Amino acid sequence: MSQEVGNIKPGYPLFLQDEYKETLSNKQKMFEERVPSEKIEEIFEWTTTEAYKEINFARQALTVNPAKACQPLGAVLCALGFEKTLPYVHGSQGCVAYFRTYFNRHFKEPIACVSDSMTEDAAVFGGQKNMSAGLENARALYKPEMIAVSTTCMAEVIGDDLNAFIGNARRDGAVPDDFPVPFAHTPSFVGSHTTGWDNMFEGIQRYFTLNHMEDKEVGSNGRINIVPGFETYLGNYRVIRRMMAEMGVNCTMLCDPSNVLDTPADGTFRMYDGGTTIEEMKDAPNAFDTLFLQPWQSVKSQKFTKTVWKHQVSDIAIPMGLTATDELLMKVSELTGVPIPDSLTRERGVLVDMMTDSHSWLHGKKFGLYGDADFVLGMTRFLLELGAEPTQILCHHANKRWKKAVEQILAESPYGQNSEVHIGKDLWHFRSLMFTNKPDFMIGNSYGKFIQRDTLHKGKEHEVPLIRIGFPIFDRHHMHRDTTLGYEGAMYMLKTLVNAVLERLDEETRDMGITDYNYDLVR
Amino acid sequence: MPLRQCAIYGKGGIGKSTTTQNLVAGLAELGKKVMIVGCDPKADSTRLILHSKAQNTIMEMAAEAGTVEDLELEDVLKLGYGNIKCVESGGPEPGVGCAGRGVITAINFLEEEGAYEEDLDFVFYDVLGDVVCGGFAMPIRENKAQEIYIVVSGEMMAMYAANNISKGIVKYASSGSVRLAGLICNSRNTAREDELIMELARQLGTHMIHFVPRDNVVQRAEIRRMTVIEYDPASKQAQEYRDLAQKIIDNKKMVIPTPITMDALEDLLMNFGLLDEEDESIIGKAAVVEATA
Repeated sequence: MSQEVGNIKPGYPLFLQDEYKETLSNKQKMFEERVPSEKIEEIFEWTTTEAYKEINFARQALTVNPAKACQPLGAVLCALGFEKTLPYVHGSQGCVAYFRTYFNRHFKEPIACVSDSMTEDAAVFGGQKNMSAGLENARALYKPEMIAVSTTCMAEVIGDDLNAFIGNARRDGAVPDDFPVPFAHTPSFVGSHTTGWDNMFEGIQRYFTLNHMEDKEVGSNGRINIVPGFETYLGNYRVIRRMMAEMGVNCTMLCDPSNVLDTPADGTFRMYDGGTTIEEMKDAPNAFDTLFLQPWQSVKSQKFTKTVWKHQVSDIAIPMGLTATDELLMKVSELTGVPIPDSLTRERGVLVDMMTDSHSWLHGKKFGLYGDADFVLGMTRFLLELGAEPTQILCHHANKRWKKAVEQILAESPYGQNSEVHIGKDLWHFRSLMFTNKPDFMIGNSYGKFIQRDTLHKGKEHEVPLIRIGFPIFDRHHMHRDTTLGYEGAMYMLKTLVNAVLERLDEETRDMGITDYNYDLVR
Repeated sequence: MPLRQCAIYGKGGIGKSTTTQNLVAGLAELGKKVMIVGCDPKADSTRLILHSKAQNTIMEMAAEAGTVEDLELEDVLKLGYGNIKCVESGGPEPGVGCAGRGVITAINFLEEEGAYEEDLDFVFYDVLGDVVCGGFAMPIRENKAQEIYIVVSGEMMAMYAANNISKGIVKYASSGSVRLAGLICNSRNTAREDELIMELARQLGTHMIHFVPRDNVVQRAEIRRMTVIEYDPASKQAQEYRDLAQKIIDNKKMVIPTPITMDALEDLLMNFGLLDEEDESIIGKAAVVEATA
């Protein structure tokens, strides 16, 4: 029963040993009132039917496995993208523990983020005391140069006023007048993590520029601003910078956590590393224009940029796939008058070559797809470019306008004719779709693995393998370092998709003497 | 006799706190052991019993001590006239925090500390006028107060509030044992007030348990931070409160109320001349339009 020191086994395969099996089965029999396995199977089968799908989609009062997270999570990621900035969440402590673990499970990095730990009396009297003490302590302990404040539900339900509270904290001497404390109200019960990112970004824009617009002039610094949005692929920050550098365009990445979320193990702990500087944010209104890489998820920031910075905010889509990257580069070229360099034209050619090389394997393959609005829209476009069919498209937090936009994209492609777009639906809805409208693969975050398990349980022929692209990815390592935007990102995704197809084909054709006539060395 | 828990609701400014304290003084005079729990951030539910401006509240003291766990019952429970036990939940200043949550915290604290386990005949919850969130429904949740008295007068908004409170009671009555125990008419000297409130009570399925007439002695006592019963026990008004107290002791009529529609309420007010017949032709017309018509 007990482990041997020299041969410590992890839970798997340890619990497959007879003694553990017996213990577990006794526990189920004696204490868990487990229903008979046949009944469990019967219910399982029922949940895979068309009839169940209809009941499931008629569901109104319950969310099962949401395909989104809450606002302050996004606000924290946004804050991490600024130099020496400490994300500070006004509200309850547990929420912040959740944000930290969520990010460090994905990025495999420690995440610096503090809470002012409101408790029962704060819920009654408001969190002013927590704010004053919290700002003072956080500044003294962690020595940030900016503290970016967002909120949890608790503070929002009782209506705590960040502007007043931070002002009072300054008046009481808890934080110096010149110490930057931008803030955003981020109620978790409204919107999603991308709303929170947008709100925090707008809060930072507002803090550094709203009352300092007199000496600003659009285009005077000769730069282009890029706003990444809730971006968890660190390669995306790098690829955009690289493409702009190759064009010879000076760009300011407004929010860039790619260093602090990717620090080296060289003996030095870095609580802060890299990020957009305060000076860059202050200077941002002087740029030619501001391009939002996740326009559907940056509504509030775009409005601020248009009305206060007086920027055009050129209409671009997330630069995912061939056409969308073309559009971005052409837009930048148009705005700056700089031609697209040969190096990028060549890179584009390589992508086209790769797409051609793999097209026979991807053509007509059906994909289920879920995730954040801009990612899903970009991925839909890319799949259509590949001749693949995104048959089931789901975005939990998107609105009706987004749905129409995606349907328009689908309508314009011969590969989008059999697609369905679902908004406001969760992963339990998506699970139904994977049974009743089975695609060849699904694309999404780690949570899809349970849907894959369930589809496999119904039978190998029902299995829908998960291709992990999205956020969060907890169960594979280092994917956050990859790139999904630009030609480079399209190459990565193409490689991922086609190899998943080939992997699956190998899996299906390696049955010796039965299917292995097609178990080919060359694909 | 088992402990009876009663909550007093009613429109803001109707005289809930004054009525509650006078009637509780009447109960104490009749030898009953009573506790008042003030559920209002203003903390003015016990001043006439304690002769003080405002009592130290549970939330105030919890904030001082750090957490509510650091408090003891003795810290917050004060004895006043007739050995009436007094506590105030307290809460934040207007405009910050969450007063409703304060009521929840305070009542939970009292329960955990065993405030109700003492030898008590009655507990009265004096609840802030406008029940705006779940916190102020705390006294009628989870089998605390089982008898609700609504203080009302013959004015439209007071009656409107009484009807709304009845709607709230219905919600909790279906899952618990909370019942409407009667309307207390705190007179404003409007015409046919007693008949009007009796009719409202009938339509709500309850009764007007007592008609408390208007008397200046109430104000005179209040200036002295006293109940009428203590200030001028021989006065006619003191006897009114004693009568109310006795009626509450004897009260057996506990009902699930039957709130009425807005139309029915308007009809009632029209019948008693408190509301004019609606003239559909003038709705939405500005003065200028009417002048030129």
